[in-house]
Amino acid sequence: MRRLQAWWFVAPALAVICVFFFLPVAAALVLSLTDFDIYALADLGNLRFVGLRNYLDLVATPLFWKAVLNTLYFVIVGVPLSLCVSLACALLLNARAARFRGFFRTALFAPVVTTLVAVAVIWRYLYNTRYGLLNYALGFAGIDPIDWLGDPRFAMPAIILFAVWKNFGYNMVILFAGLQTIREELYEAARIDGATYVKQLRYITLPMLAPVLALVSILTVAGYFQLFAEPYVMTQGGPLQSTMSVLYLMYEEGFKWWNLGTASAVAFVLFLFIFAVTVLELRLARQRFPA
Amino acid sequence: MKSRHVAFVNGSLATIAAITLAPLAWMVAVSLMTPGEASAFPPPLVPARPTLANYRELFAHAGMGRYLANSVGLSLAVTLVSLAFNVAAGYAFAKLAFAGRERWFKLLLGALVIPSQVAMVPLFLLLKDLGLVNSYAGVIVPAMASIFGIFLVRQYALSIPDELIEAARIDGASEFTIFRVVVLPLLKPIVVTLAVFTLLGTWNDFMWPLSDQALYTLPVALASLSREHVQDNELMMAGAVLTTLPVLVLFIALQRYYIQGLMLGSVKG
Repeated sequence: MRRLQAWWFVAPALAVICVFFFLPVAAALVLSLTDFDIYALADLGNLRFVGLRNYLDLVATPLFWKAVLNTLYFVIVGVPLSLCVSLACALLLNARAARFRGFFRTALFAPVVTTLVAVAVIWRYLYNTRYGLLNYALGFAGIDPIDWLGDPRFAMPAIILFAVWKNFGYNMVILFAGLQTIREELYEAARIDGATYVKQLRYITLPMLAPVLALVSILTVAGYFQLFAEPYVMTQGGPLQSTMSVLYLMYEEGFKWWNLGTASAVAFVLFLFIFAVTVLELRLARQRFPA
Repeated sequence: MKSRHVAFVNGSLATIAAITLAPLAWMVAVSLMTPGEASAFPPPLVPARPTLANYRELFAHAGMGRYLANSVGLSLAVTLVSLAFNVAAGYAFAKLAFAGRERWFKLLLGALVIPSQVAMVPLFLLLKDLGLVNSYAGVIVPAMASIFGIFLVRQYALSIPDELIEAARIDGASEFTIFRVVVLPLLKPIVVTLAVFTLLGTWNDFMWPLSDQALYTLPVALASLSREHVQDNELMMAGAVLTTLPVLVLFIALQRYYIQGLMLGSVKG
């Protein structure tokens, strides 16, 4: 009787998740094995099962590899940069000398809660070649104006800078909380032994923070692989597809060209890739910190 | 030495905070400039003659009032409905016995690794078949329950003492009465946390199957406006202020709850 009543609490939520998440994920796997396109959208009779052809076609498409490389660029440069900024800010906030901690934490976290579409408007203007503040500031260092969003060499760095600004506060707050759990006696003992700040950082702070740092890194890598919204609002994948990420490719294939079979294949490849990388990272982390 | 250290730490924090907030401050400054004023070199930092003309223009001719109302209404609707679903389910996963509870929970936890975009294409087809494309139902219905929300509430509900619930059962209270009278008051902090998360997330989202302009929310409208008005920097900045200011104010007012949720949510690994 009571067991039956419990279902009244969970059944609605589970039903929604099954119908609007698990079912679409399973359908994506099936769709990726078909040639679902605009003709099938009009009449399901045009739908054919094609096996792994979407995947094989994808591997043979230069644009797919370009998207993979762009995404890797974003992850390999963006994640360390983002983590370094987060960690530096967390360390500063945690320093005993820090004043107005609450204010600084709020200020540094603010970009995380802002609306992406709105702050993209600001940043597109900051990046403006002629009137942008960034080129104006660089002018003082004697650097000629850069066409940030129009030059294929600079578009991805511009996206990375924007993403780091928008996101670093999130990890900063988690790392800051991790730092606060390290016991003060450890530092006092180190100071009595005459350890410098760098030595304390190297032998106390970083080892104690390592589990949190590992968790944050794994989540950030998985998140950065899903690069989509930033190029969507800033560059539409351009110029010359230099900011075309894997998910942006999926979006274009699916909702611009209506190749829904191909789009699903792209989504699955990315999912398997993220899954493999995450498992690998977890294994490495467990080896280092068997907990 | 000591005072130099204090100056270094606080000077660094102040500098980083200034750089972080500069784009937001500049957004407000440009939104108060007269049309064309910001397209100059060197870029002006403060308006020569501050004016609210851009805001008036947005409300009078760009339909901002309607988009603002849409954003508020849709965010509140998604938040209220999803709170009901997620809080009930999260509590059940923590405290109620039902067949397959552990297996369901493991399945949900495992599903957290699947990027939501994997479901994007079939979800669109599903909504199309259900006739929900281009309606708020198409936004609200898939958002009614979230794995993250259930997980957040469950983690918090685990700390409710079983004795409280048992005592109420012995008194003859039904499970629904126990939930309403005993459990819900205890879950209040996490309910506020989840409400803030959902409100901010819904307000900021823009990847929705809405093509009818009358249904646009602020971010959707801003994205489409910025394609039409690439040159009108001052007008666009006013739109950006209107879109971000409400979420910033909400966050600052309730940040204690937001940060708590962020902590609970990040230990999911």
